[in-house]
Amino acid sequence: MQISFTLNGRPTVVDVEPATLVADLLREQLNLTGTHIGCDTSQCGACVVHLNGLPVKSCTLLAPALDGATLLTIEGLQGAPGSNRMHPMQEAFREHHGLQCGFCTPGMLMTAVALATEKPDLTEADVRHGLEGNICRCTGYQNIVVSVMAGAAAMNAAKGE
Amino acid sequence: MGNVIGIGASPKRKEDQRFLTGRGNYVSDIKRPGMTAGVFVRSPHGHAILRGIDKSAALASSGVIAVLTGDDVADDGLGSLPCGWGITDAKGVPMKEPPFPMLAQDKVRFVGDMVAFVIAETPEQANAAAELLKIDYEVLPSVVGVLEAVRPGAPQLFDDVPNNICCDWELGDKAAVEAAFRKAAHVAKLSLVNNRLIGNPMEPRAAIAEYEPGTDRFTLWTTSQFPHVVRFLMGALVLNIPQHKLRVVAPDVGGGFGVKQFHYGEEAVITWAAKRVMRPIKWVASRSEGYVSDRHGRDHVTEAELALDETGKFLAFRVNTLANMGGYLSTFGPNIPTNLYGPLLGGVYTTPAIYCNVKVVFTNTVPVDAYRGAGRPEATFVLERIVDVAASEMGIDRVEIRRRNMIPKEAYPYQTPVLVQYDSGDPMGCLDGALVAADVKNFGIRKSESARKGKFRGLGYSTYVEACGLAPSRFAGRLGARGGLYESATVRVHPTGQVTVMIGTHNHGQGHETTFAQIVSDKLGVSFENVDIVFGDTDRVQFGMGTYGSRSLVVGGAALSKATDKVIAKGKKIASHLLEAAEADIQFEAGKFSVAGTDRAKTFEEIAGAAYVPHNYPLEVLEPGLEEQAYYDPVNFTYPGGCHIAEVEVDPETGTVTLVNYTAVDDVGTVINPMIVEGQLHGGIVQGVGQALFENAVYDEGSGQLLSGSLMDYCMPRADHLPMMKVATHSTLCTHTPMGVKGCGEVGTIGSPAAVINAVVDALSHLGVTHVDMPATPNRIWRLLQNASLPVAAE
Repeated sequence: MQISFTLNGRPTVVDVEPATLVADLLREQLNLTGTHIGCDTSQCGACVVHLNGLPVKSCTLLAPALDGATLLTIEGLQGAPGSNRMHPMQEAFREHHGLQCGFCTPGMLMTAVALATEKPDLTEADVRHGLEGNICRCTGYQNIVVSVMAGAAAMNAAKGE
Repeated sequence: MGNVIGIGASPKRKEDQRFLTGRGNYVSDIKRPGMTAGVFVRSPHGHAILRGIDKSAALASSGVIAVLTGDDVADDGLGSLPCGWGITDAKGVPMKEPPFPMLAQDKVRFVGDMVAFVIAETPEQANAAAELLKIDYEVLPSVVGVLEAVRPGAPQLFDDVPNNICCDWELGDKAAVEAAFRKAAHVAKLSLVNNRLIGNPMEPRAAIAEYEPGTDRFTLWTTSQFPHVVRFLMGALVLNIPQHKLRVVAPDVGGGFGVKQFHYGEEAVITWAAKRVMRPIKWVASRSEGYVSDRHGRDHVTEAELALDETGKFLAFRVNTLANMGGYLSTFGPNIPTNLYGPLLGGVYTTPAIYCNVKVVFTNTVPVDAYRGAGRPEATFVLERIVDVAASEMGIDRVEIRRRNMIPKEAYPYQTPVLVQYDSGDPMGCLDGALVAADVKNFGIRKSESARKGKFRGLGYSTYVEACGLAPSRFAGRLGARGGLYESATVRVHPTGQVTVMIGTHNHGQGHETTFAQIVSDKLGVSFENVDIVFGDTDRVQFGMGTYGSRSLVVGGAALSKATDKVIAKGKKIASHLLEAAEADIQFEAGKFSVAGTDRAKTFEEIAGAAYVPHNYPLEVLEPGLEEQAYYDPVNFTYPGGCHIAEVEVDPETGTVTLVNYTAVDDVGTVINPMIVEGQLHGGIVQGVGQALFENAVYDEGSGQLLSGSLMDYCMPRADHLPMMKVATHSTLCTHTPMGVKGCGEVGTIGSPAAVINAVVDALSHLGVTHVDMPATPNRIWRLLQNASLPVAAE
């Protein structure tokens, strides 16, 4: 079947088998391999993308659900339009060593941006609770939590500018 | 000169840009022209005779290209998966080493054992065809626990391995230990289990293989921590592919923790199959598949006894362990519970006599091998737990008993009675630092506050040492290593002065691209941005042993340091010619070669340019070019260690243990990048906390089914399980590594399980609890509380 959606700001039309998972569509058909697949039980969160602005696990979403929707993946996450910079959350992860092997990182970032968007004054407890669906095996989460709080503060500051 | 970033600074990581923007290059991201999909068919039984496989329906299925089984492997005369270590028993008899076929022949020995490989145009077609394979199994009873496996009448995995015992290994002076026990004022005894773990790096294992008929070359892309070792083991010992005809690439790898430091059958099968079908093949494991095929870790059952005099001085330590090997010997398997375990039983103490017996046992479970820490967390757990038991029984404070037995800083180098000689250390300094950092003096106040909320609060210590920087080859060879354990680095200076380093270690999260660039920037005075680190490709990197055992900086960094010194030495010769001065008068500092006592100098870039445009150059005595290589074989292990203090709160209503504070003060030697070291400590500690509180691989005895086979059943630490940890370093310098480094990748995982469990036992000690097995889950604690002699109520 043919579906039309907005992918990282661009109108996109693809032919897909109806049983295709969004994670597979992105990785195999659209060559957007930044979205990772780390499990088969929707536990790890490496595949989180934004569907109509909300974080979803793309390994558990069928491609037809994209028809008419807006999808944002890690490849579309960036700084202010026209700038060559990374998103403040990406900058915060680099600044605070919020990643090691990088595999969980795209999903962490997409979840973190959604958390910070939903609740601008995040506490440490909010962040830890909000990351419950994202597993990292490398960092012990400490620097991820620090990064998300710093990234959220930077997003707030950017909004105020 | 530009932006020189030296040792001790924390620049942001070079590798982050690609990971943050979704542009990493993991094996599963790679596509090759004409690529097919491969699926492994695995045994659903723990133990069965393989009577036959009917491929016909699968072969007729849509899109199927080939179905390969153990018979095809046998027809092609291929080898068995090799074990990299050959240990011997006390009488010098070699371990039992049954073959480990890359696809099962005659028998399957664990759930997940590979039976067939199906290749089709798409993964969906391969999976559909795999369902159509008719495999005739005669199911046998399984044995999964070590205690059960050595009992008379237990199911036998191999005809020629009686009682499933691979090796009855020992270390230490048994007679001296017995004599010491006879004169002991007190003997503390402890029986414990070191729980089986599954490493679960977030990137599942994957491989792509391709054969080029025009050049007769194979390429294997694999999620590996040591591509050169895979090339050697697989090419030379399994598939009979000459080394120069085999390229192994391990690109970005999403975490390893040991799980990816073995040569797996999947790698051999897919490489062999790629030539048979003359198409590239890709295999990507699902997480469920990883649970039953990634090598597992730990799984010991241990009886320990500590003999003490009346003042609490340790006289002797005796440890008897049954260690699970699983169904076959994996690459490092038998080395882990023996050579990486027994020699660590001295800990940071002056115990004069130690004896350790380890029975290495086959069971119908996934092969067990190294997992972060590998042998050393098990040793630390036994020792640090029994020290607490002894302190409690003798009425000595837990910190005091440690102080009375600790090796004083001035006593280093210190020869233990179990092979190893510690070069340097200051365990007392780490302990003192941790006591302050953890605010132990106000623990009583915090305990009372918890009690007011109806919670039990406990504090636990772990003062420990480990052996890493694997490894001095000659020493390892005496212990049974079948390979060398050195490392190599090439420093290639380009004509314009930028530098590319080719190194045999592998970066899969540790930040090598940053740390190694700092070393080069510091030593050569070149800009940090002008140094790139290349790893993970046998066609680009000369040779290497890879990354495991906290060896990358210790051994690889030393090779890099040596190669860089050679670059400087050659640069001095060139400078001496250009500056018309004696070589002995040339100094190199801050990126400049100068004549001592003058202002005559050449920059590093000018020297590099002269080396590649040798018009004015001593060609008669010096080759052009500026590229140097070094191999480094360490003279000893390194011995990082420290003191960890855990603080927990137990809710008696639910049995839930909450880690509320965690403090680590570690001695990792020289710190190149403090930010990266802290990150390694955080991650390592949480893996140890995971073992202590959450993680447990559970098999069903009899059927051999893995009951904890998914992320829903095997509890991984999550962000909301953890407090903010305090980590700090208290370093003494390693006396035998070029930069004084000791390694930091595993210390967290080695020190933490004992600290956490000691804290849990402390919290429950008023109820008569003297030991808690890992993981201290709510269920296990709740049951303990129900059985405790005192009523369940906070103090």
